[in-house]
Amino acid sequence: MAVHQRQTVPQAADRLMPSGAAHHEQVVARQRRGRIWAIVFQAAMLAGIVALCALLLNILNQSFGYVAIVNTIDPAELAVDGVPLNELPKENLVEILEANISAGLMRRYEHDIPFAERSRENVHDLILERVVEPQVQATWGLFDSIFARDSVFAEADERFPGSDVYFRSWLTTSFISKSQSSEPLRAGVRTAIFGSLWVVAITILFSFPIGVGAAIYLEEYAHKERLLNRLIQTNINNLAGVPSIIYGMLGLAIFVRILELFTSGAFLGIGDQSTANGRTIISAGLTLGLLILPLIIINGQEAIRAVPNSLRQAGFGLGATHWQVIWHHVLPSAMPGVLTGTILAVSRAIGETAPLVVVGASTFIALDPSGPFSKFTVLPIQIYQWTSRPQDEFRNLAAAAILVLLILLLSLNASAVLLRNRFDRSRAIA
Amino acid sequence: MTVTLERPSQTRTETVGSPPNGPVGNAIEAEKMSVFYGDFCAVRDVDMKVPSNKITAIIGPSGCGKSTVLRCFNRMNDLIASVRIEGEVLFQGQNIYAGDVDPVEVRRRIGMVFQKPNPFPKTIYENVAWGTRINGFRGDMDEMVERALRSAALWEEVKDKLQQSALGLSGGQQQRLCIARAIAVEPEIILMDEPASALDPIATLRIEDLMKELSVKYTIIVVTHNMQQAARISDYTAFFSVDDNRTGNLIEFDDTEKIFTNPSRKSTEDYITGRFG
Repeated sequence: MAVHQRQTVPQAADRLMPSGAAHHEQVVARQRRGRIWAIVFQAAMLAGIVALCALLLNILNQSFGYVAIVNTIDPAELAVDGVPLNELPKENLVEILEANISAGLMRRYEHDIPFAERSRENVHDLILERVVEPQVQATWGLFDSIFARDSVFAEADERFPGSDVYFRSWLTTSFISKSQSSEPLRAGVRTAIFGSLWVVAITILFSFPIGVGAAIYLEEYAHKERLLNRLIQTNINNLAGVPSIIYGMLGLAIFVRILELFTSGAFLGIGDQSTANGRTIISAGLTLGLLILPLIIINGQEAIRAVPNSLRQAGFGLGATHWQVIWHHVLPSAMPGVLTGTILAVSRAIGETAPLVVVGASTFIALDPSGPFSKFTVLPIQIYQWTSRPQDEFRNLAAAAILVLLILLLSLNASAVLLRNRFDRSRAIA
Repeated sequence: MTVTLERPSQTRTETVGSPPNGPVGNAIEAEKMSVFYGDFCAVRDVDMKVPSNKITAIIGPSGCGKSTVLRCFNRMNDLIASVRIEGEVLFQGQNIYAGDVDPVEVRRRIGMVFQKPNPFPKTIYENVAWGTRINGFRGDMDEMVERALRSAALWEEVKDKLQQSALGLSGGQQQRLCIARAIAVEPEIILMDEPASALDPIATLRIEDLMKELSVKYTIIVVTHNMQQAARISDYTAFFSVDDNRTGNLIEFDDTEKIFTNPSRKSTEDYITGRFG
């Protein structure tokens, strides 16, 4: 080849392309530039991973660790005839409770649920709550607890003499199964988990059909050259970038205020009208639905656009109507992409806090939501509320709640990915 | 460009319109059909009477509007928003571009096979069955699928894997599946847009044999870049060329033998002998 080149281009000085050693050097220089960029990208990725690890470690550090606890009454003193508190029968426990709390409080408990119907564990819990009354004096992080165990104990002895120091995981089953409480040792996130699930369910029910429908219309039916449709398209793209708090304002104005009759459930005669007003699960779900609607539409459009045109033509060529082509071929092919977009959008909705603050999520609520017209709180709101408390223990609670939120998010994502993969597989076979 | 002097379409209409010794019946007729993409005229004043139960090949250089003309015969061009068609296309005496004609109806009766094999990402069985099902087929589906696959000379190769994905077939098998799918809905005309251009020579030969078998029952119009192919398989050949405005014209339409041995136009001869395009 080189010989051929020399024949057509006789003089080296005339050549416009480098050759021989110069060419080799030039290639080496180009490759070097490529490698430098690759290193830059790797560094960027590493920085991301380091940041993520730091975040996770910080959360784990706060979620577990030693606590120093002082009991108002030592449980050992409550033992009857040498039988420790946690082995006493229910009758003894009721007696202990009666002896140690005021008669008024006792009547209130009797009024809530008669003691005859309460379980032994329930009465035991009441004793721990009202009689033993453990108070957290101090907490230590996971790393201090592991690597500086001695100094933790020394500090606890010095500052909180007589305190119980033990290793506590703030993320426990009772943390998940209990509702909100002002006592950090008994607080839980059950209400917030139910609230999050309710809100997300309504968000999906609202935004998925509308979003996919809009995507189908824009890709399959709308004339792309028409000014109106171009305007709509541009606006959808811009809406995806609007700050979420603006959607909160929108939700407050429309769903909470204007549509209060519907969002409070008053039109059905249900719902807690004295407290909830329009600040209900359905308002929050619709607000988040509006928030992620542009994302679902844009992702849906991209998925539909990626369906090869040859597939549509094949359908049309057999005498199918437009709708038959869409329903039998375009949508099944686009569905994995549509679902991926929806997963991303819903993940964002689960973590949203700002719009729900505006829409009016309750910050302290111990009652599980009973339906779309209930008051509610969600995990991010709960976390936000705990982190803004002055006491240290609530930050441990917040860290544990973050773990719960992450687990919830990951499990929802995982189930969506499984669903999508099943769609993919069944399509490949069927 | 050698094709410049053919412009007066009147004279051409008389000599080009239909093969002189064609059979009695015409499957489809284009009358002064012009196709526009927006303001651009892609094909002008095509007059073409395609005989029934024969293979008609459309040849010509790139960009002369062969595929555009083919797609006009079953209104596939309707799918492109900017396309406008003037003139008439008569199918059994009825203008398929008349206002009251639904293209969906036309496309079942005038089927199409595309350049690249495009089976649905479904099972082989479903590929054949789908078209008939949506068109309201009420008979024995298994038997119908077998019949269509046998007609497309594919049955022996796929009868044991009907429930497997059609995407697992080879290119040639996929294209025959597309033909089976097209004939399953019992069309009267099959349009083929370079059906073998994406296939190797052996698969191409099988498709060509198949086309000959099918022409007993169906009218076939095939666009091809391959002149040997046109000469091998077709009964009639239409030669299209392109003028200085990049507008396609029908230059000559005659018996294949005559086109390839004794064309009446010089531009046809130039193209056939390789002095053009």
